[in-house]
Amino acid sequence: MNVTRFSWFNLTSLMLAFSFLYLPILLLILFSFNASKLVTVWGGFSTKWYVSLFQNEMFMQAAWVTLKVAVVSATLATILGTMAAIVLTRVGRFRGRLIFSGMIYSPLVMPEVITGLALLLLFVAIGLDRGYWTITLAHTTLTMCFVTVVVSSRLVSFDKSLEEAALDLGCTKLSAFFQVTLPIIMPAIIAGWLLAFTLSLDDLVIASFTSGPGSTTLPMKIYSQVRLGLNPEINALSTLLILLVSVGVVIASLVSRRAEEQTN
Amino acid sequence: MQRQFDWGRFLLIAIPFLWLLIFFLLPFAIVVKISLSDTANALPPYVPTLNLSEGLSGITSFFSQLDFESFAWLLDDKIYFLSYLNSLKIAFISTLLTLLIGYPMAYGLAKSPQRWRTILLMLVILPFWTSFLIRVYAWIGILKPEGLLNMGLMGLGLIDNPLAIINTPTAVYIGIVYSYLPFLVLPLYATLEKLDQTLIEAALDLGCSPIKAFWQVTFPLSLPGVVAGCFLVFIPAMGEFVIPDLLGGSDTIMIGKTLWSEFFGNRDWPIASAVAVVLLLSLVIPIVIFQRIQERQREDNA
Repeated sequence: MNVTRFSWFNLTSLMLAFSFLYLPILLLILFSFNASKLVTVWGGFSTKWYVSLFQNEMFMQAAWVTLKVAVVSATLATILGTMAAIVLTRVGRFRGRLIFSGMIYSPLVMPEVITGLALLLLFVAIGLDRGYWTITLAHTTLTMCFVTVVVSSRLVSFDKSLEEAALDLGCTKLSAFFQVTLPIIMPAIIAGWLLAFTLSLDDLVIASFTSGPGSTTLPMKIYSQVRLGLNPEINALSTLLILLVSVGVVIASLVSRRAEEQTN
Repeated sequence: MQRQFDWGRFLLIAIPFLWLLIFFLLPFAIVVKISLSDTANALPPYVPTLNLSEGLSGITSFFSQLDFESFAWLLDDKIYFLSYLNSLKIAFISTLLTLLIGYPMAYGLAKSPQRWRTILLMLVILPFWTSFLIRVYAWIGILKPEGLLNMGLMGLGLIDNPLAIINTPTAVYIGIVYSYLPFLVLPLYATLEKLDQTLIEAALDLGCSPIKAFWQVTFPLSLPGVVAGCFLVFIPAMGEFVIPDLLGGSDTIMIGKTLWSEFFGNRDWPIASAVAVVLLLSLVIPIVIFQRIQERQREDNA
């Protein structure tokens, strides 16, 4: 399609939709710099909520737990998810394929309360103490399916003849994977890791079910504060999280675009 | 051809397969088992527990103690039926609303100039990466009686008294549409973007009005994207907890909230499991359809 201009209709609908998506976030950020304790009344510019946030021991501790869970589970999920993506796109038919793809796609839409409850009951049944590791295992299971979707879409779209050429030239399957396939799908793997990382960072429901005493994550902390009412410290914390994730996503997409331009 | 057993291939399949079997499928079997158990004042809070040390008699007595009491309880108390019905209604209406807002957006994206498209797409994806909880929290400050929306409307003189939006179903609709919009827009955009433009041109050449061409050509061809997007909104919305809890108040009952309060509030694990089983059963068909669509799409791309 060679469209060079927006039609007025498309421009209006896009502008309305984007204001709907971004206004609430922008207002949240704006009010994190509010001097007044009343979250919705402007009382002048101030950064005091950021200062008090960093002095809040509970938040800092929860942030540390969350970060550890997110890094470990995203890494495990990326390895497992990439394997699953290769299984779905490269190994052809095998017994149990239907169950396999079902187990990959259903966690994507499964209500979190069900997944969380189910995993907790598993951990209780096998006698695993709830805490940092159970959250990590739960997040790995959920996020690996998202990694699979991201990586498999890259695996189906690139030129298979490159892999075949490597095999014809005497590469073993393993070295063909590491020398040809892996570099090509690397941007998707990085994107998958980032997605897994942010999903783990965000998760409230599954973490609430699978956490134990002493392993409260940041979303759990935020949730318990929000239930008590609006809190400018939460606005400050949210702003920092939004900033962190946005910068990460923008950098990742620039990197992956450059990598894709080089391979194509 | 080699007929030797391919260990590499076996391990490649077996490792993720086993992981999902243990951490995804097995837990559901346990949920079903606990839904058939009875509540007990014990740790863990249900009986029976399987005692393998008693051998065969342990296993038989284990099975003989399972019953459908929890499910009977769900039928007895109207709150459960009402929460299912309400979840169904809220999920259905919010899916329709998301489609109503998301379709023009996806269409506008697909028809936008090429050089704008990457940045616009990124703007759709970015909120998806931003914490769900934070985005729901942002709406509390907007929707409350002394919130930004009411202050704005009263400042403009449009209303005299603040609108009661927070703690009503309306707030839940807004929350769901807002949170799940990107889930619907992205698959829909992918379908609309691949659409063969010559078909629409042909319809226009043959005398169709642009509106008629849209309804007779574009819309039917975009249905796979519409269906995929709607399932991505509808299925998780059915079991949504955070949005009805933070925006819906105590009057908005939804099944995810009921499950949560049975588990965390009443510590009644068998009832919570029975609620989960029924919710799961009602979602099996939409989930299978969703899986089929995903598989077909993957094969089309290959």
